[in-house]
Parts: sequence; structure tokens; C-alpha cells
Amino acid sequence: MADAFLQLTNPGSALLADLPVLPFVEFSRQALSAIHERGGRVSAFFAIPQANNFRLILVLALDAEGNLLLSACDVEREYPSLTPECTQFHWFEREIAEQYGIKPLGHPWLKPIRFNHSEEGEERAPGVTEYFAMQGEAAHEVAVGPVHAGVIEPGHFRFQCLGEDVFSLEISLGYQHRGIEKMLQGGPDNKSIHLLETASGDSSCASAGAFCQLLETLTPGGLISDRDQALRVVAWELERIANHAGDLGALAGDVAFRPTAGYCGRIRGDFLNMTAALCGNRFGRGLIVPGGMGYEVDLAICNKLLPWLKKTANELDSALDLLFDAPSVLDRFENTGTVSSESASQAGLVGVAARASALAQDVRSKHPYGWYCQHKIPMPLAKSGDVLARAWVRRQELAASVQIVQELLENLPLPGKKPVPYRLAGERIVVSLVEAWRGELCHVALTDASGKFSSYKIVDPSFHNWFGLALSLRGEQISHFPLCNKSFNLSYCGHDL
Amino acid sequence: MWSIIKARFQQGYRTGKFPRVRPVMPERFQGLPCIDNGKCPGDCHACIEVCPTGAIRRDESGLTLDMGKCLFCGKCAPVCPVGVIRFSREHDLGRFSREKLQRTDGAYHYELQENPEIQKFCGKSLKIRQVSAGGCAACELDFNVLNTLAWDIARLHIQVVPSPRHADCLLVTGPVSKNMLLALQKTYAAMPEPAFVIACGTCAISGGIFAGSPEVCGGLEGILKVDMYVPGCPPHPATLLEALLRFMGQKMR
Repeated sequence: MADAFLQLTNPGSALLADLPVLPFVEFSRQALSAIHERGGRVSAFFAIPQANNFRLILVLALDAEGNLLLSACDVEREYPSLTPECTQFHWFEREIAEQYGIKPLGHPWLKPIRFNHSEEGEERAPGVTEYFAMQGEAAHEVAVGPVHAGVIEPGHFRFQCLGEDVFSLEISLGYQHRGIEKMLQGGPDNKSIHLLETASGDSSCASAGAFCQLLETLTPGGLISDRDQALRVVAWELERIANHAGDLGALAGDVAFRPTAGYCGRIRGDFLNMTAALCGNRFGRGLIVPGGMGYEVDLAICNKLLPWLKKTANELDSALDLLFDAPSVLDRFENTGTVSSESASQAGLVGVAARASALAQDVRSKHPYGWYCQHKIPMPLAKSGDVLARAWVRRQELAASVQIVQELLENLPLPGKKPVPYRLAGERIVVSLVEAWRGELCHVALTDASGKFSSYKIVDPSFHNWFGLALSLRGEQISHFPLCNKSFNLSYCGHDL
Repeated sequence: MWSIIKARFQQGYRTGKFPRVRPVMPERFQGLPCIDNGKCPGDCHACIEVCPTGAIRRDESGLTLDMGKCLFCGKCAPVCPVGVIRFSREHDLGRFSREKLQRTDGAYHYELQENPEIQKFCGKSLKIRQVSAGGCAACELDFNVLNTLAWDIARLHIQVVPSPRHADCLLVTGPVSKNMLLALQKTYAAMPEPAFVIACGTCAISGGIFAGSPEVCGGLEGILKVDMYVPGCPPHPATLLEALLRFMGQKMR
């Protein structure tokens, strides 16, 4: 057992030589047993090309134990798919198949997820693939996208309907694919942090944070000061508040409840402006940098932010009271887009979507990092797994985040020593998890002998959760799609990279 | 019912007074870059080397900063030993041509819409169809902000329309990923003539940080003729709104 996995805690790194490389049969047996018997969750599963074959690397998160288990195996052009034994693998195996032409034999629904240009140079037109199809008198198909009616990112949705009811929804993405992971190879350089900040623009702080944490873990003596750790939490929690507030407003808009929709749209902007007060940019670009923070936060800024935060949080509270007190809203939210706890766990959902289906997982509590190691974060859980549950979890998290930011700004630790500039140790593998506002964001990097990235893997929370949205639509009326979609509010670009 | 009315009074009237009143930009906002070429010693490359997108170049006449490539990260300003580059808090960055995005001095020129056709079609109202082509969603989100009650662009006769058939103008965000190229061209083709194009954000202008990736086209250059360029990563809502109003031919200052 001891040799099957390399055990790390978040964020953690190890020599590449210490990563166990098992024969496939043993790899598969150990991985499935860790998932089924120890409650492991697939955080990352990806391939790296080698001279004659490919190496598959698996990162499992054991939420109950607070550990990360890493393992690897070498495969040629095909291997027996793990998906029939564990659904969580299905999207990862499709990604690997698309990137490197490695076939998971027996995968139930193997098709591209991004339509990127494969290693063999095969060109694929986006969205042109086989879709689940239905026949019968009342059966019909609705296709939406890639260009949508609102100002949102592109993606293609295929509904198979019986009358008004959705039998199945398939989601075909890849339109936002920019090739970020490939651009990161050979780094870190002066482009890297900007690529990560724009991997998913509404999660810039989380993504920059995961990247910086990864660099600092790989740098001997790279630990940042208590003050900078606290300020990073301010950035992350402000990002969470702004997005949750915006989402709750948009949910109100989708059920035509104008008061909350109007107020929250404005209030979200106020929280973005608080981030802009810290660094000049509403999305926190440049705020988190390797070695600490890009901007100093002095007493004058704290004194400006504190009353502003308090006032805005009160206004938000009053806007949300209206939302959760309106019977017409609750009627639309309740029992809409339900994902059972069992389905959520099988699909490997993360973040708000998981907690709304009673899965107790939050990287801040289960795999704590930085400031969160010393501080307990409340983890509100809902059981019903419907739109109301996802809205309710957001509201509870908002309140907790406001509390955290307020306490931190009132009592910031004193400035500490600047850490040594980053200089990455070579021949290592490093894993860095953070809880972005949508859920777990996982960065895994491998360094070569000179300390440059030979491979950089990003698993955005949306990568896990898009399938959850598809599940939530089963048996639902098609007119509930906007509401279900907004209750997840997933990132297209974070998935497509 | 009463609680809704009560909340309405508590929340108050919160729509900004822009454009009648100038917006107050954050103190640390990095706006219009200003270059003091007289100060530049000419033998150091610190700013050119630190720039993540190659927005700064030097020739015989001195330094040029291309706002169409700039991420407004501000890294070039502090590395300069003599302070040649400075980011002002001026938010008005939209320009009618790619050339006008080149900064070689510290001056601010107010540009007026001089295309009579655009003034004729869009002078009184502007219907915009937006297409996200590989963007990170930040440009899209800050464009959406203009529709919230904080900015309320409907009062300025600007409307986002769901179909390209109803649009005067296409607002494109993102570096134009290869996977969105066809959809972008089809959306443009579906618009009635004359179809105008606004490139919103540094990615749409030049590819931004993604320029050079084999998966993107590197901005709208060579794909669609652009009538207005709005730099920024992302452009601040005030930057974008001022650009839209000037695009319509309104005289703001």
C-alpha cells in the first residue's frame, strides 16, 4: 500500500523520481480502491508524452484525511478505460484521448471535449461530432449556441426533448480554447501569471493564487509573510462575494424578480470596485504576485474599505431577504434542477454544486492552505441539490466571506520579511489546490532539470461541474434551462483553457 | 409587497451620472499611458524586456507603447530608472484607428467621430450584438455591467440585441480563437449593412497575452474591418461606455 501512492498535503511537491510508476493493472486496482474504499476524488488525471509512450498521472484528493495521493502508469496508444468503474474519469479520459490520441478502450461515450488540434495535427471542426439522438413522434431536438442571445461566452447545447421535457442535454464546448497549458510550458516567464489570470477572467485572484502558491512551494525558503497570506484571503473572498452576489442577482433576473436582480447587479459592481481600490483593476489583475502581493494595503485603504464593505453587505442582505422571502421565487427555485447527492458524488462535482448536494468538500477546510490552515471556515451544506440549494449555499458563503474580509482588514498582521525570489527546484512534481469561488481549482506542474515547467495542468472547477449541469436538466422542463444554468454559472473559458 | 417597497427606499437611486459627471476612477487605476521620450537614455531595455506582450518598441524617434497590445499591468513604469513611462488615471482610451493607439508622448487628444455614415446610422441609437471569441469573460462581464442600474445604458439609447439581424454594430471580445472564427464570421454575415465593428479589449485588438498561440487568430486584424478599438484588460466600464458614446458621434468633452 505504501508504494502504490505518493502522499502529499496541499500544496505539496516531491521529486519526480519518487512518483510511483505502476503497471496499468496495479495502477487501476489501487486507484479504484482508493476511490471506492477511502473516498478518493479525482482532482487531476492527465497524460504527458515521453520518448516512446505516454505517462498517465493521477492526483486523488482524500477529503476525509486531508491528503493527496499521486500515482502514475505508462501506456502506449490505448488502455482499458476506467470510466465504467468510476464515472469521475469520463471527462478526463476524453481530454487525454483528444490531446494525444490515447484511446480508453470501453469508454461509453468517447468524443472530443475541446476540438483542439491534436498532436497528429488532425483538424476538427468545433461542435461537429456525434450526439445522443432520440426518435419517436413527440421527440425533438433543440440546438443552442455557440453564439447565445445574451452577452456570455460561447458553447453549444443539444437538448433531446419529449414535448417540453428534456430527456437529455449534451454540452459541447471548446470554442474558447486558446492553448494556455501549452503556452505555459517552458515557463515560468513574464507571461505566465497573465495567462493564468485570464484562464478564467472572473477567477483571476484564485488562479493567480494557485499559481503563486505552486511557485512558492517549489522554491526553498519561498514561504510568504503572514500579512501577504491574509491579504490574499481578502482578494479571494472579495472575488467570491462579488461573484456570488452577481449570481444571486442573475438568478432573480431569470425568474423575473426585478428588485433583487437590479440591486445585486449594482452591488456586485461595488465589490469589484473594492478589489479595484486595492490594485486598480476590478478583477484583481496584478494583485497577487509570486512572493506576496503586488500592492501594499495601508491603513488608509483599510479605513476606506471597512465602512464601504459594511454598508454594501447590509444592502446585499436586504436585497437577498427579498429574494428568499418571495413565494413566487421559491416556487421556481424549489425542486428545479435537482442533482442527488449520489449523482453529484459519482460525477465528482466540486464547490457550490457539491455542497448544495450535501457533499462536504471545500479545499479551504479539507485541504487548507496559507491562512486557512489556522482558521476554520464554515461549510454550509444543503441537502436538496436543487436551484434553491445552490442559491442558499451561495448566500451562506457570502455572509461568511464578508465576516472574514472584515476581520482581516480590521486586524492585518504586521509586514514580515520578503521571501526569497522564486527559483524552482528541478525534476519535481507539484500540486497546488485552492477553493476558487466555483470550487476546487487544481494546478499540477512538472519541472525539468533546469527548473522550467515541462508540463502544466490546470483543472478548473467547471471541468468537473459541466456534467452536473447536464444531469440537473434530466426530466426538467426546457424552459428551466436558463435557471439551472445560472445556478451553476460555470466557466466556458476555464474549461476550454 | 411592503418589504419590497421598503427595500426600494433603502436602496435609493443609484444610477451614476455619467456622462454628465466624470466618473471617479480608483486611485490605483492604470489608465492612459504617458511617455516622456525626452528623458529616455536610450541604452536600457528594462521596459521592453519586462512587457509580457511586446507592447513597447524603440526606433530612432524613441519609445512607442502600443495600447492595442498593452495589458495595463503597469510593470514597465517602476522598472524604468528615470520614470519615462507613467500610467495616468485618464480612462478615455477608445480610438478610431490602430495608429492612434500608439503612444509616444504624454498628450491626451480628444477624438471625434468623423465618419458621417456611422453618425447617420448610429448617431441617435446604437444596437449592439456581442460575440465572445476566446475571451476570458472579463470583457463580457464588464460590458454586462453597463446594463445594470449602476450605468443603465438604455438611458443613453444603447441596447444589446439578441440577434445580429437587429444590430448596427458587432462588439467582439477575445483573441478570436480558431474554434470561434466561423461562428464570428457567420454572425457578422447575418448583420444588415452597414455592419460596424468594435474591438473590445486588448485580446480582440491584437490577441493580447494569447498572441502567438497556434489556437488563436491573434485579434480581429485581417478578419473584420474594425471601426473602433477599445484597449484594456478588460476595459473599465467607463472606458467602454465613453468609447461607445464617442462612436455614436456624441461630443463628450
